[in-house]
Amino acid sequence: MRLSGADIIVRTLIEQGCRVVFGYPGGQIINVYDSLYKYSNEIEHILTAHEQGAAHAADGYARATGRVGVVISTSGPGATNLVTGIATAYLDSVPLVAITGNVSTTQIGYDSFQEIDITGITLPITKHNYFVNHVEQLADTVRDAFALAQSGRPGPVLIDVPKDVQVAMTDYSPAPPALPEERQAAKGVRIFEAAEYINASRKPFIYFGGGMITSGARDEVLALAEKIDAPIGCSMMGISGVPTDHPRFLGMQGMHGHYASSMAMHHADCIIALGVRFNDRVTGNREKFAKNAKIVHIDIDGSELSKTVNEVRGLRADVKLTLDRLLPLIEKTEHPDWQAEIAQLRREEAENADNREGMTPRRVIETLNRHLDADTPVATDVGQHQMWAAQYLNFRNSRRFISSGGLGTMGFGMGGAIGASYGTGQRTVLVTGDGSFGMCLNEMATAVTYNVPLVILIMNNGVLGMVRQWQTLFFDKHYSNTVLDRKTDFVKLAEAFGAKGEAVSDLASLDEALGRAFQSEGPYLIDCAIDKDEFVLPMLPPGGSMDDIIIKVGG
Amino acid sequence: MNRYTVAVLVRNQYGVLNRVTSMFRRRQFNINALTVSETESTDYSRITVQFDGEETNKQQLINQLYKLPDVCSIRELRGEDSVSCELMLIKMKNDGATREQVFAAANAFGAVTADYAKDSIVFQLVGDQRKIDSFIELMREYTILELCRTGIVSLERGSSTIRKVTNI
Repeated sequence: MRLSGADIIVRTLIEQGCRVVFGYPGGQIINVYDSLYKYSNEIEHILTAHEQGAAHAADGYARATGRVGVVISTSGPGATNLVTGIATAYLDSVPLVAITGNVSTTQIGYDSFQEIDITGITLPITKHNYFVNHVEQLADTVRDAFALAQSGRPGPVLIDVPKDVQVAMTDYSPAPPALPEERQAAKGVRIFEAAEYINASRKPFIYFGGGMITSGARDEVLALAEKIDAPIGCSMMGISGVPTDHPRFLGMQGMHGHYASSMAMHHADCIIALGVRFNDRVTGNREKFAKNAKIVHIDIDGSELSKTVNEVRGLRADVKLTLDRLLPLIEKTEHPDWQAEIAQLRREEAENADNREGMTPRRVIETLNRHLDADTPVATDVGQHQMWAAQYLNFRNSRRFISSGGLGTMGFGMGGAIGASYGTGQRTVLVTGDGSFGMCLNEMATAVTYNVPLVILIMNNGVLGMVRQWQTLFFDKHYSNTVLDRKTDFVKLAEAFGAKGEAVSDLASLDEALGRAFQSEGPYLIDCAIDKDEFVLPMLPPGGSMDDIIIKVGG
Repeated sequence: MNRYTVAVLVRNQYGVLNRVTSMFRRRQFNINALTVSETESTDYSRITVQFDGEETNKQQLINQLYKLPDVCSIRELRGEDSVSCELMLIKMKNDGATREQVFAAANAFGAVTADYAKDSIVFQLVGDQRKIDSFIELMREYTILELCRTGIVSLERGSSTIRKVTNI
């Protein structure tokens, strides 16, 4: 069958199982949009307000489903507007395919109108990218991109398609969906060595991240924890990987992690790290990090295995398949002394917990928890609200915490939430702050147009709280450019966009507002006032070790 | 700091050199020498890179390079197990007072006269880096007009090849 390049792109997306794409049209991608029009019965296109929102939406879709998210934009500014979104996906290993138009091959290199070297720009933030010179290569390039985005450690792939390649005709024959590279378990001898470390341990600790969720290893992780009597912690990317209320789960690690979880890992003699990297937000001062621990590190990406200072058994392999083989080699043990130590740490955490009543961040999130279903995705933006959400939200199912970890992208939330809602078909919550929401609130228009069921909870403190917290602690309270002296009325703003909204200032009215929001059709905004001097605690000071952890500030 | 030589077998496609060198830039490795050329198969190019750095950083770099889809194989080439050489062209001032000494040195090193003009002489010298360095050092006694080195190319000794360690 002879088709144009544009038709081939859309047909190949459909053939790859893609049913929804996010994007924004323009001059050099207009042919693809004509094909989207033609095939609109088979593939839905969501028009966002800005290409960045489209990239975040494709990302949120991928995070919530594990499938490849697809974003389409035109050349030039359309393409550069994707950059933050692609980088966000890259840092969090999210499978994404970005398709950009470009000027005709004959115009390339002349600084033509809206010409930009997007493959050059995205080189360090994609797994790989393609500039398609010939229409004959187009279908296979899209298939390769889908396979690559999902293979090994997932990530974004970009395809740049010049206008004349979209117009040119060639033969097209359908193919089955491209399969990612087959995942492998570690070699027997490596698994045996890992088992020796684990069996010799008296204070084991399981620490997992986003790679565990990608691998789908929840059952194996919980089985391992049972067998070796270990507590479990996770990185921010691991949240929702195991049920939050699981008795062995101590919560998130790191700079703002749960005290018991961070301390338990610090004092462990063996850390079993699964699909997670030892990011600086988690280890603090690397030299002092978990000094007495041996580490068994399983990760599909070999380049993550040698990044720490400890004695490491690194296994470059799939987490689930490797745990399947490892489990029979592990002796069933109990560690009452270690468990007593953990119980003590939990008591210390409870003693230092923020038990204030009223409109505190903890109570706000706990109020929200009462309205969540097991399957409700919760997206966040970046800042204090994100950490409170990470600390206090209650998750039961995997892939339900949609948050920018590695890049820490303020403005991710609106797009991310829209994408997650499309991916899951669920009403989705966005927990955001007034700062972050201000960055990409234009996507309210998208949510209204498509009647996306969103509950937008703005934790509004009138300041850029996370930076302010640092200024309070480390910069003598010089609140340089962190006081948002804005007069924005978020409720009226929501109404202006065509959404519903209300403002609340106490927990009872928050609870009622959430009740209405969860019954509402389309987006519903709740402007929730909190104090500007709330802190995210505990806090590991930058460059400090667990011994320097800040648990309380002031009285 | 150690000096490393790494051979990278890549798919012979436009932009691939950029992808590989961009990885060096991202890790802030300064490249001392770099050569690229097609190999025994036109499907593949071979990039030979020489750079200074620490062992852990080098390992990290190799791990990252392996993640590039266009990279087929990587081989670190150590001095004792490999044959390496480079080519230099050096243009000397042709001066009656020093001509004889310059030619004597060139002969001793086995350099070939590639060009001879009234005011200048171009020598071509092939050899390992130390030999070329020594020759340049010697020529500094006279007047060097300009010089140009290719950077090293390197192959492992014996029948082992870079393609044998790959999964192409």
